[in-house]
Amino acid sequence: MSAARVGVVTFPGTLDDQDAARAVRHAGGEPVPLWHADTDLKGVDAVFLPGGFSYGDYLRCGAISRFAPLMEQLIPAARAGLPVLGTCNGFQILCEAHLLPGALVKNAGLHYICRDQRLRIESADTPWTADYTAGQEVVIPIKHGEGRYVADAATLAAVEANGQVVVRYLGNPNGSLNDIAGIRNEAGNVVGLMPHPEHAVEELTGGPGTDGLGFFTSILKSSLEKLVNA
Amino acid sequence: MARVIVEVMLKPEILDPQGQAIARALPRLGFSGVSAVRQGKRFEIELDGPADEAALSDVRKMAETLLANTVIEDYAVRVEG
Repeated sequence: MSAARVGVVTFPGTLDDQDAARAVRHAGGEPVPLWHADTDLKGVDAVFLPGGFSYGDYLRCGAISRFAPLMEQLIPAARAGLPVLGTCNGFQILCEAHLLPGALVKNAGLHYICRDQRLRIESADTPWTADYTAGQEVVIPIKHGEGRYVADAATLAAVEANGQVVVRYLGNPNGSLNDIAGIRNEAGNVVGLMPHPEHAVEELTGGPGTDGLGFFTSILKSSLEKLVNA
Repeated sequence: MARVIVEVMLKPEILDPQGQAIARALPRLGFSGVSAVRQGKRFEIELDGPADEAALSDVRKMAETLLANTVIEDYAVRVEG
């Protein structure tokens, strides 16, 4: 059986696509490069939207990327159930595209923060987090200036009530409401988080360890299960 | 030919740490009597034709889709001149 194919999207200004592709390969999957100007998702089983500064973060982080030709394909596919993970800038793009509720704004302290961050996995009930257990504590790097999660009171209440919080900060670094580091859509196939699991997949490259690997092994397993059950 | 101004501001309930930082800097520069600052964006849209209702409706659509993220921001449209 062939390995799951995970599309990794590159926009002008994306930084973490190489690390993301490497993490997919490291976990046993096949990364498929997707270019922002492509109009074809190349039949991938899942899509990873990596971090960086797509389109220079002009206007607002993710505001321009949302209208990229590839996104015109990705948005309906995600609504139809394609698993999509956005980290950092990818999370911002998913919020701008209204695939996820709320928005990400400037950190409360105004500082760009780059550090290893303790987190708690709140939901293992997504194709991206199935290899974790709810309540598990992990350490994964963060690096962002605009990662403060905000939403109006009604949206925030709904996100909590539906169990859509996927990852929470232990020691809130940026003023995010309810310590939210990552959320999912109602269906669960679209997940966004500010931390960078792709930077924590092997001991060799330093960093805090391999706590991020679970995002990649989870999606490979769930893609294979889909193939088997198809 | 007309110019339309779109102003985009964070919604009042959204914390604006940039505005707060500016407000904190002002007293140090000798400006007193400022109780708060909020920072926003101003777009100057040059139209090919007049700013009639159809054109303004288009500008509002631009604001809604791109210039503002209405999840966190409000916008106001006005014709200059």
